[in-house]
Amino acid sequence: MIALLTRDMRLAVRAGGGFGLGLAFFLIVVVLVPFGVGPQGALLSKIAPGILWLGALLACLLSLDRIFALDWEDGSLDLLATAPLPMEGIVSVKALAHWLTTSLPLVLAAPVLGVLLNLPAPGFGWLLVSLALGTPALSVIGTFGAALTVGLKRGGLLLSLLVLPLYVPTLIFGAEVARRGAEGYDVTTPLALLAGITCGTIALLPFASAAVLKINLR
Amino acid sequence: MIPELGKYAGAVLSSYGVSLALIAVIVWASLRRSARVKTALEEIEKRRKSYD
Amino acid sequence: MNLNALWEYANPKKFIATTDRVLPFVAWMAALLLVTGLVWGFFFTPDDYKQGATVKIIYLHVPAALMAINAWLMMLVTSLVWIVRRHHVSALAARAAAPVGMVMTLIALATGALWGQPMWGTWWAWDPRLTSFLVLFLFYLGYIALWEAIENDDTAADLTSILCLVGSVFALLSRYAVNFWNQGLHQGASLSLDKEENVADVFWYPLLVAMAGFALLFVALVLVRTRTEIRARRMRALEARERMQA
Repeated sequence: MIALLTRDMRLAVRAGGGFGLGLAFFLIVVVLVPFGVGPQGALLSKIAPGILWLGALLACLLSLDRIFALDWEDGSLDLLATAPLPMEGIVSVKALAHWLTTSLPLVLAAPVLGVLLNLPAPGFGWLLVSLALGTPALSVIGTFGAALTVGLKRGGLLLSLLVLPLYVPTLIFGAEVARRGAEGYDVTTPLALLAGITCGTIALLPFASAAVLKINLR
Repeated sequence: MIPELGKYAGAVLSSYGVSLALIAVIVWASLRRSARVKTALEEIEKRRKSYD
Repeated sequence: MNLNALWEYANPKKFIATTDRVLPFVAWMAALLLVTGLVWGFFFTPDDYKQGATVKIIYLHVPAALMAINAWLMMLVTSLVWIVRRHHVSALAARAAAPVGMVMTLIALATGALWGQPMWGTWWAWDPRLTSFLVLFLFYLGYIALWEAIENDDTAADLTSILCLVGSVFALLSRYAVNFWNQGLHQGASLSLDKEENVADVFWYPLLVAMAGFALLFVALVLVRTRTEIRARRMRALEARERMQA
């Protein structure tokens, strides 16, 4: 399983792996927001936690089809399916690889971009925490969506349509932690719920993703 | 006979209008597709009969 | 009645034969109850002292919202039946129900917004209930889109039933998240249309009739659409056989 992980990570970082694209997209979205809503610092300050969460989420979304697409196209996915690894393990490793190569950079970039949006000082820490806690859920849920649409031509849009509604609870609680943290309120409830969602999805969703992948590989 | 809707006439009437229109659309679309598929299936069944 | 006998109707041919007899009755009952409920509610009930004539929207909004949820629940059950017992009629019934559920959700949203405008002063408010229905609408869209995107019938049935299962969990999660999200910001300001609180008898009875009408309308439409799906599936199988023999 470790071999699979390192392989995926190496593939992602190599040229053509699209490594920096998620980050670039995140940056562009954040730069575009003030053009859309106006440059007033006070306004940006208020919406910064939500915008940063949304930007990270969307950047995550755009890289999801990459999880299985390349392996599907060259037949490696069929090979993996016959390997002695359980499919649940394979999809979990894939999700982990996605998190390490796509989501984690976004989490680390978020505070930097927070400066552009006038994020209030106490918000930086909570933004980091909420994203660090929430993005694994985004990767795991995204892996489920990617498994559903693997092999479909034009699967990208369908993937977004399927995954975005599933992202709603994570987004709500994650952004709530970031927002309450920025305004100095108590974050325990949303934080606990966010952690619950992440743990629940990591524990249970791989079973669904594995079942879906096996169906698609028939 | 029409009740006094007063200032809410717009909201109430458009609610009924939109709802009944949507119901009409789904009923009509369902019936139309049903008829189409039924005829197409009957054609294929007829063609099959002429083979056997 | 032997419950095992119910599985007999899972046979496509038997299903069509049975619904041939049952459908006209269901359809007429649906029409009767719907017309009775709506006419009664619209013409023969008084105004609410708080909401004025807009209370008449309740006869559309509540039944539609109820069916929007029930349609999804039915899809969940039939998806489970497909996963466990592989009865094709079950999978096709789920596929048939989705567009109807989606339309019910739309009606609930539209009437909710139209009711909210005079009450709250805006065309749309992110009231927890309305927002949950908006999210439910997106779930319906995704489910229908997945059916349409996959060519192989059995693969489509398998994938969509898993999506329905996973989606149901997240839909429930979203409901709580949305409640938290709105109430968390505006403590106490309840914008939701409190229909369950002491709905007076004079409104309740026509509402019951309207709910029954909507429920039977849903059943009738699902029966029609499932028959269509059964026939379409048979048609595809015959066409494939024709092409192989040619």
